[in-house]
Amino acid sequence: MDIQLKRGLLDVCVLAAIRNEDSYGYKIIKDLKPYVELSESTLYTILKRLETAKMLTVRSAEHDGRLRKYYHITAAGVRRIEDFKTEWREVILIYQFVIKEEQHE
Amino acid sequence: MNKLDFLNALQDALSGLPQEDINERLMFYSEMIDDRMEEGLSEEEAVAGVGSIDDIVSQTVADVPITKLVKERVKPSRSLRGGEIALLILGFPLWFPLLIAGVAVIFSLVISLYAVLWSLIISLWAVEVSLWACALAGIAVAVMFFIKGNVLPALAMLGIGLFSAGLSILLFFGCVAATKGAAVLTKKIALGIKKMFVRKERTK
Repeated sequence: MDIQLKRGLLDVCVLAAIRNEDSYGYKIIKDLKPYVELSESTLYTILKRLETAKMLTVRSAEHDGRLRKYYHITAAGVRRIEDFKTEWREVILIYQFVIKEEQHE
Repeated sequence: MNKLDFLNALQDALSGLPQEDINERLMFYSEMIDDRMEEGLSEEEAVAGVGSIDDIVSQTVADVPITKLVKERVKPSRSLRGGEIALLILGFPLWFPLLIAGVAVIFSLVISLYAVLWSLIISLWAVEVSLWACALAGIAVAVMFFIKGNVLPALAMLGIGLFSAGLSILLFFGCVAATKGAAVLTKKIALGIKKMFVRKERTK
């Protein structure tokens, strides 16, 4: 897959994983596992990028005697997901057209 | 490998980076290992699960801007002693021009490497364009000869024109491939230069 496209998709995946409730690194990887394989180093890069873009915020909370970082989605992050949904409705329409034309041959 | 060994090895591998960047990553991977162990994995399994150090280093080097890497390289790793400062000041007329010269040499080497690469590409395209011009001119001259009634020269010019056109079409694909190759190479060189700043520290 095109790198630029994949990067955008993974951003949305991670945002979706923290949309309903705040989540932490390992849980994000586990939640996404059935859909997309994400390595730790890739997740770190994505989280950093989303934080810089102010699409999520980070807080440290104590868990079991150690600190754990929790990621919280911002309004901009939710907007990013909504934009993705609108964009991809168009992409799906184009996909359906491509498949339909193929069958006509 | 246990958690402590892993984090120490990672710290060493990343030692060319600013300390805060290293600490943040160490905390991230430490948390990842702890969370895996909490799920019932053994320490070894948990460490193996977070990926190889080489992968982490590659990804990190790609993420951190080169200016940050260079700045960290230039920063001294310990504070200087009084004698050293005096020596630095006294030796300033000596080392400063040398430093400037060294930086200039490295800089110009990199620039000339790029320049050579891209001028090759530009000259390829120039040949391509001139072949096209040849083709057009050949055909135009052939038409003129034809109108004047000189059939043989007209045919000769037409032949040259068509030959140039054919060659230029062939070369076009070569040009496109070479340009793409050069773009990939440019990126690789940039990544290579960035990696130099991180890797050198590891051998210390």
